[in-house]
Amino acid sequence: MTDATGPADLLYSEVEEELRSSVRALLADHCPPEAILARCEGPVPYDPALWRKLAADLGTAGLQVPEELGGAGASLRETAVVLEELGRSAAPVPFLGSAVLATTALLACGAEELVSSLAGGERTAALAVPLSTAPGAGFPATVRVDGAGTLSGRITSVADALVADVLLVPAVGPDGAALYAVDAAAAGLAVARRTSLDLTRPLADLALTGVPGRRLAAGAAAGEAVRRALLTGAGLLASEQLGIAEWCLSTTVAYLKDRTQFARPVGSFQALKHRLADLWLETVGARAAARYAADVLARGDADAEVAVAVAQAHCGAVAVRAAEECVQLHGGIGMTWEHPAHLYLKRAKADQIALGTPGAHRAALAHLVDLPAPVAG
Amino acid sequence: MAVREEDLRQRVAELLAAHDPAATDRLDFLRARFDAGLAWVHFPEGLGGLGAPRPLQAVVDAELAAAGAPGNDPRKIGIGLGMAAPTILAYGTEEQKRRFLRPLWTGEEVWCQLFSEPGAGSDLAALGTRAVLDDDTWTVDGQKVWTSSAHTARWAILIARTDPDVPKHRGITYFVCDMTDPGVEVRPLRQITGEAEFNEVFLTGVRIPDAHRLGAVGEGWQVAQTTLNNERVAIGGQAAPREAGMVGVVAGTWRARPELRTHDLHQRLLKGWVDAEVARLTGERLRQQLAVGQPGPEGAAMKLAFARLAQELSGLEVELLAEDGLAYDDWTMVRPDHVDFTGREAGYRYLRAKGNSIEGGTSEILRNIIAERVLGLPGEPRADKNVPWKELPR
Ligand SMILES: Cc1cc2nc3c(=O)[nH]c(=O)nc-3n(C[C@H](O)[C@H](O)[C@H](O)COP(=O)(O)OP(=O)(O)OC[C@H]3O[C@@H](n4cnc5c(N)ncnc54)[C@H](O)[C@@H]3O)c2cc1C
Repeated sequence: MTDATGPADLLYSEVEEELRSSVRALLADHCPPEAILARCEGPVPYDPALWRKLAADLGTAGLQVPEELGGAGASLRETAVVLEELGRSAAPVPFLGSAVLATTALLACGAEELVSSLAGGERTAALAVPLSTAPGAGFPATVRVDGAGTLSGRITSVADALVADVLLVPAVGPDGAALYAVDAAAAGLAVARRTSLDLTRPLADLALTGVPGRRLAAGAAAGEAVRRALLTGAGLLASEQLGIAEWCLSTTVAYLKDRTQFARPVGSFQALKHRLADLWLETVGARAAARYAADVLARGDADAEVAVAVAQAHCGAVAVRAAEECVQLHGGIGMTWEHPAHLYLKRAKADQIALGTPGAHRAALAHLVDLPAPVAG
Repeated sequence: MAVREEDLRQRVAELLAAHDPAATDRLDFLRARFDAGLAWVHFPEGLGGLGAPRPLQAVVDAELAAAGAPGNDPRKIGIGLGMAAPTILAYGTEEQKRRFLRPLWTGEEVWCQLFSEPGAGSDLAALGTRAVLDDDTWTVDGQKVWTSSAHTARWAILIARTDPDVPKHRGITYFVCDMTDPGVEVRPLRQITGEAEFNEVFLTGVRIPDAHRLGAVGEGWQVAQTTLNNERVAIGGQAAPREAGMVGVVAGTWRARPELRTHDLHQRLLKGWVDAEVARLTGERLRQQLAVGQPGPEGAAMKLAFARLAQELSGLEVELLAEDGLAYDDWTMVRPDHVDFTGREAGYRYLRAKGNSIEGGTSEILRNIIAERVLGLPGEPRADKNVPWKELPR
């Protein structure tokens, strides 16, 4: 099998490290676990002030958007670094939905005006598909377009739709598949929050009854825009999962150095040291896989599909394992609402399903690398 | 003379004839069942049992269930049934057994377990809650934590330090603590599931009559071993039909939702199913070996297997549910009056199962028990051995 067509850069540039520090500092100041917990059960779990600082002031919402469209003219590599930090802080911001999924779809459609408004952070958008949709899934067909061009149907479990100003709705009509922009305030659109396992990434169910929409792309172009958004989202989600795993590992290591039982630090027991050494090894792998996915996606390399499948098949499980170990190795305190470990456990478990389960990505890989499943019979 | 199955069926028939379940108050029926020796047949006569072999309980339970008789809802009184009762039976005075066991079994009095402390979890023997004897009353001061059902409990089993000058295992005494004492303060602790099943409990000048001590002064650690060994069996080693518990729940989801099936999940489910069946058979075998007497460290193995399975299977179910696995039923903070590992929805079960490898001794501690007490491997070098408790680093 061939790998990337160009040399892959699996490290972080100086610029990327600088970006990381400023995002991390912002999140440390404005998004401590207490603040997340205080918000997550309220009507809107997002902190709009934090979003403004992150998206507009630091300019992260437009990292992958060219400068002439109001973006930073950076790439998906930098976007991935932001996701690592967002995973590390379990921050409730609509970054994945707006700056990754919706922005990628809009760039693919050439919807310049909308892209610009998202890049500046003044508006957010969401790609209206269930968060569990894998990149290889067929074009979503739960919304129909009628002859007059209005949309009706239902879409469940959409991430970051709750605060979105614009919804990108895939729909099927007499002229085939198309992608529409729907104003969140449009008549006939109902957005209902769904109680989600992940407290920090709220989901919403959308019900559309004769809602007006603006067509952004039709036919193969619409299909390609959705596919590319999902593929990019899945690839970059690996960076978020890496961030989750890292927080869980470092928090657990720090706790076990400190916690004393049997008159010695619990971290001095070899059984635990070995467990954490194994976990570290898995996160090292997660970093390599996530970086590779970000790099090939950024370069539009032909190996992108393999890279994304590998990253998702590996990183989803690593994040879950790290979060589960974090809860377990904190003992009773890890089972409490007060300790932030559960925020990561819930995010990790939901991320394992988001944009395709590890099983779905392994199945995708089976085709990509010519390791076909056994023939039924 | 040994009690036989026919005798038990006869006794059940007599109980039902004298107390028609349809026409008898629930509590009256439960009390009558206890007095007839049909509560836990392996307990002695006069204490709810008949001194019968333990496996015969299943015969009684099945007959009574078939007759529509009310049960005592073990989900609400698990700590009483699984931990307090066997300890009271093993170490209690006649008077204590008579006073406590009947309302414990009928569910009139709920029990909780005041063992863990902020500084003493895995290292339970390091506990610092103090009990001081004056005349014939003990005064208790300290803090307990992670206390399940403290908010519904009438009584607690409590271990406290009565002699700080001797090594930690030797200075502990075991008590029955009145949860209505004005010095007992119970504050809810919310769990990752959203609800507050457990609590922190502050003990300030709590008075306990010496008559409520279980076992000798300074021998509380041995008494607590009985509680802990029974706890592990209660959590992980109950007799159960095939596909009981978490595996049954996930199998049910699998059968009901064909559209969710994939090859990957199928193989993992089948593996989990086999593991669950093997665990069930292992437990059955263990029970046959231990038909009489108290469980030993082998109970740790059952609880270890139980926790692992519950976690793997509940995690698999969330993944299997895919989009529905992203949802949660309800985060509202409530203080439930019962514990049900397989209740509610998949997300709840997944999160609650995380506690299974912590409560009742963590899986790491259980592995140490197996390694050292079953396999006889040498223990870790101990810095805290033969050192008076008060000189231990904290
Ligand atoms: C849902 C739930 C219900 C509970 N209910 C009760 C109750 O009703 N009453 C009660 O008294 N207690 C209860 N507990 C408390 C429980 O028994 C303790 O949490 C448990 O014993 C662990 O203690 P800890 O929390 O202090 O963790 P610690 O002892 O601090 O352990 C932290 C981590 O270190 C590991 N560790 C510690 N020592 C070693 C070692 N030597 N080798 C390897 N690893 C080690 C542990 O396994 C754990 O992963 C409950 C706990 C939970 C989660």
